[in-house]
Amino acid sequence: MKKRILIVDDDMDYLFQMRLKVEQMGFETVTAESQAEAEKIIQEFKPDLCILDLMMESDDSGFVLGYKIKKKYPDVPIIIASAVTAETGMTFDFRAEESKRWINADLFLDKGIRTDQLHREIKKLLKL
Amino acid sequence: MATFKILIIDDEQGIRDGTRRILQNFKVDYPFMDEQIDFQVMEAGTGTEGIELIDKEQPDILLLDNKLPDIQGVEVLEYVRSKHYDIVVVMITSYASLELAVKATRDGAFDFIPKPFTPQEIRASIENITKQIFLKRMTQTLNSTGKQIRFQFLSVLSHELKAPLNAIDGYLRMIRERQLGNTIESYDEIIDRSMERIKGMRTLILDLLDLTKIESGKPTQKLAIVDVRKIAQLSVDTMRPYAIQKDVDIYLNNREPVMMKADAGEIEIILNNLISNAVKYNKTGGRVDIFIDKLPELIRIAVSDTGIGLSDPDKERIFEDFVRIKSQQTRNISGSGLGLSIVRKIVDMYQGTIEVQSVPEQGTTFTISLSNPD
Repeated sequence: MKKRILIVDDDMDYLFQMRLKVEQMGFETVTAESQAEAEKIIQEFKPDLCILDLMMESDDSGFVLGYKIKKKYPDVPIIIASAVTAETGMTFDFRAEESKRWINADLFLDKGIRTDQLHREIKKLLKL
Repeated sequence: MATFKILIIDDEQGIRDGTRRILQNFKVDYPFMDEQIDFQVMEAGTGTEGIELIDKEQPDILLLDNKLPDIQGVEVLEYVRSKHYDIVVVMITSYASLELAVKATRDGAFDFIPKPFTPQEIRASIENITKQIFLKRMTQTLNSTGKQIRFQFLSVLSHELKAPLNAIDGYLRMIRERQLGNTIESYDEIIDRSMERIKGMRTLILDLLDLTKIESGKPTQKLAIVDVRKIAQLSVDTMRPYAIQKDVDIYLNNREPVMMKADAGEIEIILNNLISNAVKYNKTGGRVDIFIDKLPELIRIAVSDTGIGLSDPDKERIFEDFVRIKSQQTRNISGSGLGLSIVRKIVDMYQGTIEVQSVPEQGTTFTISLSNPD
């Protein structure tokens, strides 16, 4: 069965493009345009992996959503995709145990990531 | 507890000792201060000694006798001023001539204490000064927070500018890699979306220009007697094609000119933003009504729509920079998120007020009152 990936982003164009990329990799996709919509979806649906935008309704929507998904499905890998690093110079070290505990993401990606890199990261997280 | 440094420059040992004793255990508190402030008293018997201590210790408060053995007190005052030290100076004088008082005040003396003084007099003066310094420093902190807000504004702005670029970049790549196949029609939608994002960016840039004009201050403001109704008519004409497209009717409910003293460009920005919002967030077949009233010393502009409305919490947020209400109903409406923040800034310049009345699903009325002294 195809692996199902939940993509959440409030930029409808980015969402469309990401969805197309992920589908071309051979995955099934479910999309949401907000943290609130995604929270509803995960009540009924368990994805195999999530790709979340960071800033949506609030500046930390991606973190909050990641936290909620991990709480319900601890084994679902989460990728947070954001352009924040490039814009603010803020960096997050996700390998540090301490930040992993509260941020609850398995991977933090820059939004400009190349498709083949993204594909590799997804396969790694899905252990394919 | 914070400690302010007080330097007393006086050639009379008795005055120095007395002041030290009076201020030794004196503490000032103030409802807005988190902590009490106490004082460390330093002393100098001559002007030269005093200047040395000023350079070395940078006191917060200077109690300065004008009659010193070497140089005059006012010369010490001039020195403090020339160095741009942040020191509050109080002159202690036995006979303050008017001329001296004027000169000292002009050179930045904050207060005068007549000699001889009572403990109560000196405490009252120090208490007053302490509060003054506290408020001044608090203002400085607030100003640097202003810079912080500026930084946040710029980082959000760069996000707002980059998001459309990323989207367009992504679409162009899809086209280059023929990701949707070899027929050009398959790409129609993403080309439309790209153009939509370019349009959004253009709006953002225009709004930013408006904002820059407002924030650069008043020098560019051209005040004249203008006809608000005529400006509203221009706005309506500008918005008409978009309104027709959305099947929204716009009514300007005034026939007579409404004159006020204002900058025509600024009034136009207000009206353009309010009317375009009223069309944008309307329903198909909806209407927009504009009322302009001349009241005593006041011009009132009201723009009503029959659109999607606003929730109470959203009413509070819409005047902030880059705030856009995200919902299923607004997802296809583009905007910079700056329009109402610009409107608010202009209204502030006219000592005006903005009121928002709104019922979700029924409509919103923005009422702006601008001061218009006769």
